[in-house]
Amino acid sequence: MALDDQRKSGFKFVGTRPNRPDGMDKVTGRAKFGADMYAPGMLHGAILRSPHAHAKINKLDVSRAEKLKGVKAIVTRADFSKKINFTSGKDLETWNVLENIMAGEKVLYDGHAVAAVAATSALVARDAIKLIEVQYEILPHVTDVDAAMAKGAPIVREGVADKSVPEGLNSNVARYHESGHGDVEVGFKEADLIVEDSFKTEATHQGYIEPHACLATLGNDGKGELWCTTQGHFYFQKICAALLDLETSQLRVTASEIGGGFGGKTTVFVEPVALALSRKSNRPVKLVMSRSEVFRATGPTSSTSMDIKIGMKKDGTITAGQGTFRLQGGAFPGAPGDLTAMCAFAPYSLKNVHQIGYDVLTNRPKQAAYRAPGSPMAAFAVESVIDELCKKLNLDPIEVRLKNASRKGTKASFGPKFDEIGLVETLEAAKEHPHYSAPLKVGQGRGISCGFWFNFGGETAVSLALSEDGTAQISVGTPDIGGSRSSMALMAAEELGIPYDHIRCTIADTATLGYNEISHGSRVTYASGLATIKAAKDAINKLSKRAADKWGIPKEAVKWEDGCAVPSGPNAGNFQPLSLKDLTKNMGKTGGPIVGHFEATPEGAGVSFATHIVDAEVDPDTGKTKILRYTVIQDAGKAIHPSYVEGQYQGGAAQGIGWALNEEYIYGSDGRLQNAGFLDYRIPLASDLPMIDTVIVEVPNPGHPYGVRGVGETSICPPLAAIANAVSAAAGIRLRELPMSPPRIVAALNGK
Amino acid sequence: MSNIHVNTIVNGDEVGFLCDPRETLLDCLRDKLSLTGAKEGCGTGDCGSCSVKLDGRLVCSCLVLGAEAEGKKIETIEGMSRDEKLHPLQEKFIEHAALQCGICTPGILVATKALLEKNPNPSETEVRYWLAGNLCRCTGYDKIIRAVLDTAADLREAK
Repeated sequence: MALDDQRKSGFKFVGTRPNRPDGMDKVTGRAKFGADMYAPGMLHGAILRSPHAHAKINKLDVSRAEKLKGVKAIVTRADFSKKINFTSGKDLETWNVLENIMAGEKVLYDGHAVAAVAATSALVARDAIKLIEVQYEILPHVTDVDAAMAKGAPIVREGVADKSVPEGLNSNVARYHESGHGDVEVGFKEADLIVEDSFKTEATHQGYIEPHACLATLGNDGKGELWCTTQGHFYFQKICAALLDLETSQLRVTASEIGGGFGGKTTVFVEPVALALSRKSNRPVKLVMSRSEVFRATGPTSSTSMDIKIGMKKDGTITAGQGTFRLQGGAFPGAPGDLTAMCAFAPYSLKNVHQIGYDVLTNRPKQAAYRAPGSPMAAFAVESVIDELCKKLNLDPIEVRLKNASRKGTKASFGPKFDEIGLVETLEAAKEHPHYSAPLKVGQGRGISCGFWFNFGGETAVSLALSEDGTAQISVGTPDIGGSRSSMALMAAEELGIPYDHIRCTIADTATLGYNEISHGSRVTYASGLATIKAAKDAINKLSKRAADKWGIPKEAVKWEDGCAVPSGPNAGNFQPLSLKDLTKNMGKTGGPIVGHFEATPEGAGVSFATHIVDAEVDPDTGKTKILRYTVIQDAGKAIHPSYVEGQYQGGAAQGIGWALNEEYIYGSDGRLQNAGFLDYRIPLASDLPMIDTVIVEVPNPGHPYGVRGVGETSICPPLAAIANAVSAAAGIRLRELPMSPPRIVAALNGK
Repeated sequence: MSNIHVNTIVNGDEVGFLCDPRETLLDCLRDKLSLTGAKEGCGTGDCGSCSVKLDGRLVCSCLVLGAEAEGKKIETIEGMSRDEKLHPLQEKFIEHAALQCGICTPGILVATKALLEKNPNPSETEVRYWLAGNLCRCTGYDKIIRAVLDTAADLREAK
């Protein structure tokens, strides 16, 4: 829905690049992250994890560990809520979280938590878990999505499928999605050329450098405090309370600085365990994951297996698109088969489109969101096929995409009609960019791809309190994962008309604000930004009332201009402007403290599109791919702090490069993860990458007062395909499986 | 196992602590000396977020035992700025928006300071390879590299 008072120009603060408020803390080392908090009398926790992919726990004996000097508490599944059960039918999602953070009767993946210890030191806690005796009865396991869907596959858990799943599929298929419009069979008949192909992508980890960490205090009075690294402390409060039978309001959660999340810190792992240990020992407990635990037991993204069929006319018109997306989501339902299918063809205006998505269980850790969940994989498959069609029909890849591009009014592949969107603008900018026409040497290739993400609104509450000296404090409930405190302060400065430096934005704890949805779905600058603007407007409304009272005129006769209350016109009277500071300095006597609020669930998050251009070179001897040049072009709607918008573009591209070329979960035939460390799971290094150029396109989102669209996720959607297309152009080989690691490239070159 | 008494100099100050022979220098800095600027991202020397200088040499403090610090000089991120003034690298990192989440920032700053002391005029490639032991997952390194090159140019001009 369009906002009729949307502001499009004349910004004073928005669009500038001031220093971030947490900059000083972060360059001096004094910023406090998850593991940086200490409490008097604090214990250290450690978790015992399953070495098996699938096994029944026949015996769990903690008696030897309990006797170790310094051990103060040991918890198992019995120490969590007994009200949550699988058979009840309701609370199934809560049961899934509980079962994932502490195994019940069975372990479901290598790394699944079995028991936890709190002791006087981290070393004692680690020694103690080795003394816990577990007898496992090993069960058959499955880790590949196609194998998990095959007849006779080991079943992870019976009774998981919901009503969406058609008959005839095995019990590992938890959810089924089907959507589209038109008739693809008719569309394929109209095509001059049809390309049909299959693709696979391996699971990749979000790879945040900060492992999950928390400090928990809980007494048997049911009152607790939790400090943790999280993308959503309000959700953590709610779910931890449920898992431990607490009243939500009795558990106060404070979000630490967060050392990267990318979707992976949207759910709990160690937090409920630390709380249970604290309740049992009646001491504060700190629990920090090792890197290996992060890889083995927290959510990577889904792995996929995908089939794509696209028909095209000689002039480049796409006549039909069809896709099947099978997503492996670990031992619990939730893999985004639906989102993957819905994103796949979103960039294109298609008469006939049909997509199917599967959510499939395997014996792997439960997948978690990773930046635009599902969309990068879908784009890899679809955009690779479009690239093949362009090549075979001798058409320019940008012209073809422009010809078919979704625009305002297009019926999206996933249903609704698009409002104002900026895909065409990113494609036009790509065509005009010097990168697109720069000469290439022999052995080098250029690829392009488009990408799409929905973006999201969600429950949001913000308070803006004014101080007597005319400065402002904003409390937001969405953890700052990419510089959002700067953006909030810029938007508040714009509304209030006071300098950026006079505003401090804080991530408030759960006791301070109403429920705030997690920082995910690229929602923070959109939703908390909208809420900040509305809270500032609320404060201005109250300030204007004070001015009106002072002047003895109606409030409607006062307007806010450049940081001052002024009479709205000549008829309102002749009064000197009253600045914000003039009005706050005596506010205690003119009606009390002035605080602006906004609480709602904004629904106008505008979707976002990007186009990426990449040049790559393939070494035919070693199979190593080098990224030579990279350009990200993305619609931000309105860039509040352009440096941090660029940062999101660059970061998404870099993660996409890692996903495309190196990163993968490698499972042995025993179902164990073989590369649970940064040495063997190789994320991009500084020496792997070129500078990453960015172009910020601004097509305002009608649903935000300044036109903001989320920018955090779309940037990871095009890289996988853009790089695959560049590799294809450079080496004449089409890679259908990610990552395009040197052995796979060499194999493809040998098979050419 | 009995604890070991270690005397060392951290950021110019004489300090002592007791540690288990198995504890790393990183554990000791954080848990015994309350210097939490160095971070544990991996514990295996792959991510560089625990970078400190030990007798003038850049090391991953997660790969050094606490007991090995006896009689040595340690420099950490907490000693990078003197008095109220930030080191030029710290200022440039803020100015260039060369950090997003900031977890890798202390390690990267300690590492780049060591680079510029060794090589005041590094090329982009030299900066990239010097920082190959410091993982950043947020930025794609672009703004970090620019901040380092810009600082180096300023420092050369100031000489």
